[in-house]
Amino acid sequence: MNRHLLSASDLSLEDATLILDTAAEMATVKDRTVKKLPTLRGRTVVNLFFEDSTRTKTSFELAAKRLSADVINFAAKGSSVSKGETLKDTALTLEAMGTDAVVIRHSWSGAPVNLARIVRGSVVNAGDGTHEHPTQALLDAYTMREKLGRLEGLKVTIVGDILHSRVARSNVLLLRTLGADVTLVAPPTLLPVGVDAWPAEVSYDLDAVLPKSDVVMMLRVQRERMGAAYFPSAREYSRRYGLDVDRVRNLQDHAIVMHPGPMVRGMEIASEVADGLRSTIQDQVSNGVSVRMAVLYLLLGGSQSAIGSE
Amino acid sequence: MRWVIKNVTLYGEGEPVDVALDDGVIAEIGPGLPGDEVLDATGCVLLPGFVDLHTHLREPGREDAETVDTGTQAAAAGGFTAVHAMANTTPVADTAGVVEQVWRLGQEHGRCDVFPVGAVTVGLEGKEMAELGTMADSAARVRVFSDDGKCVSDASLMRRALEYVKAFDGVIAQHAQEPRLTDGAQMNEGVNSSMLGLTGWPAVAEEAIIARDCLLAAHVGGRLHVCHLSTAGSVELIRWAKGKGWDVTAEVTPHHLFLTDDACCGYDPTFKVNPPLRTQADVDAVREGLADGTIDAVATDHAPHALEDKETEWGAAAMGMTGLETALGVVARTMVETGRLTWRQVAERMSETPARIGRLEGHGRPLAVGEPANVVVVDPAARWVVDPAAMASRSRNTPFAGEHLPARVRATFLRGTLTAREGKPT
Repeated sequence: MNRHLLSASDLSLEDATLILDTAAEMATVKDRTVKKLPTLRGRTVVNLFFEDSTRTKTSFELAAKRLSADVINFAAKGSSVSKGETLKDTALTLEAMGTDAVVIRHSWSGAPVNLARIVRGSVVNAGDGTHEHPTQALLDAYTMREKLGRLEGLKVTIVGDILHSRVARSNVLLLRTLGADVTLVAPPTLLPVGVDAWPAEVSYDLDAVLPKSDVVMMLRVQRERMGAAYFPSAREYSRRYGLDVDRVRNLQDHAIVMHPGPMVRGMEIASEVADGLRSTIQDQVSNGVSVRMAVLYLLLGGSQSAIGSE
Repeated sequence: MRWVIKNVTLYGEGEPVDVALDDGVIAEIGPGLPGDEVLDATGCVLLPGFVDLHTHLREPGREDAETVDTGTQAAAAGGFTAVHAMANTTPVADTAGVVEQVWRLGQEHGRCDVFPVGAVTVGLEGKEMAELGTMADSAARVRVFSDDGKCVSDASLMRRALEYVKAFDGVIAQHAQEPRLTDGAQMNEGVNSSMLGLTGWPAVAEEAIIARDCLLAAHVGGRLHVCHLSTAGSVELIRWAKGKGWDVTAEVTPHHLFLTDDACCGYDPTFKVNPPLRTQADVDAVREGLADGTIDAVATDHAPHALEDKETEWGAAAMGMTGLETALGVVARTMVETGRLTWRQVAERMSETPARIGRLEGHGRPLAVGEPANVVVVDPAARWVVDPAAMASRSRNTPFAGEHLPARVRATFLRGTLTAREGKPT
């Protein structure tokens, strides 16, 4: 494995499989009375969040704490960063304090790549702009494998604002590595120019793709996109690309419905579907902790067995 | 002092000769000439001093990035004897006062003539026309007007500017960028931007403005110059406009001749520039356009930036790269060594034509007795490695660091005075 996890493309098939297998071991910890492993005792993990994200930050924090690492939450808002301090200075400060890993969330694409050039420790990309969110893709893959028993040959349909989605980019890259077939569905305005070169199929017609899908992953569509004329109205978007009860009936029996959150209920996904039997949304959140434990453990080079006896 | 350049070929053609520079002019050309100072230029090529239509000297306002002093040192080191200083300074060069200040600074430092470009609109705001005539009549004798950095996007204002400058033989140098199509744009829109998650700057945003402006120039009989053309489609549009006989010229930067947007894949803001680096097909097209004369000139768009404006996240970083000291090497590598241009044609595209577009007297002149001694001695066989720390520019944001480039400036002379030697300012 590389020292950093900046992009899903950093992971070979072996790396990705190792992370998923390790995550499965980690998952057993949450069923124990004492939900804590001594694995990263004495190591320091910094959560460097330049952008609000309660769920991702909490997930990483919990993951690091379950491995007994010291965790520092560094929220950029209200800190010296908002007073004009640069990413470089923040990184150097953290470096001087001696941190082993930095988990970074940033509104600019590529910021984790820039950070990785400065710090000596490991950098984990927790979402950068409209670029990537590799641990989300890992937890999604973990959830698919858990629910459907395999990844190779799975037909995964990702629906929504592909243009602005870091989740979509990481999923396309990781799922290709893991042997799944991805189809992207969106109105043409929400697909990037250049998407033809991605390792994925593209369709504008959700109804044509649904019956063939093993997995349907719905992405959030921000209402403010309407102002920039990506589509005319929430109602029209919903009608053409929303996953409602009628559409779900066209899915195969085993097909699952995923969403990385946060959801806009009634926009891209109906409440009944989000809370329905096919929905894996809560599993994704729960699996997120295990996957992030695995990533931190493997990046920080834990040489001892990840799981000791209780 | 009388300089004699020994054993040099004029434009890289014919037998070597000696060239004597005295009293600011080319005094003699012939064999065995005596002089006070002698430069052995065996194997070298003599060209008229280069003329840059597009330089950012940053003074006044950002003297931490560049000054007229350091910028003209960089220019001399790169073989230039004249540069056009862009108007996007602080304050903006939109009045006679500012352009005269910049012009005088160039004269005082004396390494390279500085011809200020006047802003087309007040404060580069794109709303009211600046006092173009007053700048034209000033000591700075402005002939090139540009809001560079911003596009004169208002079609009516652009039309009036093209019309108005006819009175004093001016030219509008357009930074062709449709603003609504490039809101928040970070790099070329294409496969790489889609993967990198960076907002795209589509080729059509440049081409739509160029098409419009060519039609406007034709309609009013005005003179249009297109800055830093960067796409294959733009080359086609200029070819079309020239085919119509319209008074349209265009420039290309060395970086658009050399680099593609693959360079952006590591998020190193050194490669962030406006217009952005494009695709290999675009690079091929601008090389072909420069070779066949569709593109008239090479212009550096030398854009120095302080380290802190580049050492940051891609999205927060300033756009632009330095270019004065690497222009010759890049042109030699992409155009001469590939057989697309002769040295005679390099003289046209880096000196004679840009001087004519800028209506400069005394630059881009023939290498002949009695002409101003604004010349550059180029060693085409020399190879050198680009070292940002060794540059004369105050800024270090070259995209060519570590690149092995051919062709070295042996010496630059401004009106017979040595201004640079072996790629270093004197």
